[in-house]
Amino acid sequence: MSKTLVPAGTLYRGREGQWSWVAHRITGVVIFFFLLVHVLDTSLVRVSPEAYDAVIASYKNPIMGLGELGLVAAIVFHAFNGIRVILVDFWKKGPRYHRQMLWSVVGLWAVVMIAFSIRHLMHVFGG
Amino acid sequence: MATPTIESPRSGRVAPGYSRSSTSRGNFEMIAWLFMRLSGALLVVLIFTHLWVNLISGDGISGVDFGFVAGKWASTLWRIWDLTMLWLAMLHGTNGIRVIINDYAEKSSTRMWLKGVLYTATAVIVVLGTLVIFTFDPCPVIDGVASTASYCPAV
Repeated sequence: MSKTLVPAGTLYRGREGQWSWVAHRITGVVIFFFLLVHVLDTSLVRVSPEAYDAVIASYKNPIMGLGELGLVAAIVFHAFNGIRVILVDFWKKGPRYHRQMLWSVVGLWAVVMIAFSIRHLMHVFGG
Repeated sequence: MATPTIESPRSGRVAPGYSRSSTSRGNFEMIAWLFMRLSGALLVVLIFTHLWVNLISGDGISGVDFGFVAGKWASTLWRIWDLTMLWLAMLHGTNGIRVIINDYAEKSSTRMWLKGVLYTATAVIVVLGTLVIFTFDPCPVIDGVASTASYCPAV
């Protein structure tokens, strides 16, 4: 078996700092692609009320409802972690508390997502 | 015996080859960095309100239809709200993707192509969205047939 020389891995420093950065990038890309689609679907109001209603109806089925849950989860994380990034950059003690702030972000995100999930699933499944 | 003098690193007399400020990029990257933070803070407020009004209050997603949009855009405030959100979110997202392309696309030509596609998509979406917000008609007449929605004037 021939051994090819590979880099020792692409882990920078790991832990909260790097993983929150990775999550911020992934959620950012997801949100951006949704945004492109969202402007296109909303633009159908300029075609006809029927065209808009037909496409929006697809957002109301259960599978899309779960997709919306994922989208909101990405948005809420990106928003809270974005505030954390601003604090790290502009608040004097930000860099020192960046770990604690990430766990606050995760905790706050969980609380918001539990509340939103209950409300949204009631709308989607007609509660 | 004369001691050789070594300039302090920040004496200001930097050899031209080492100068970092004479690049043609100017301080674009710093402006972009600042823009991400300012627009990000605004977008949190704009989008959380957007989600509250469209997904949480009332009937949530099941209440969204053409009439819902017409009701919102009857108010100038919501048109300005959505227009601001469109522009800020698209520029914030485009700059984010630009940074990601610069980070991961190693070939110059790949970077150029990807960014070309990105900027084209951004221009199309921003122009389209802006036109839709400005030209929206809650009671459109399509093929000579007027809308029969309850909020439209009877013809």
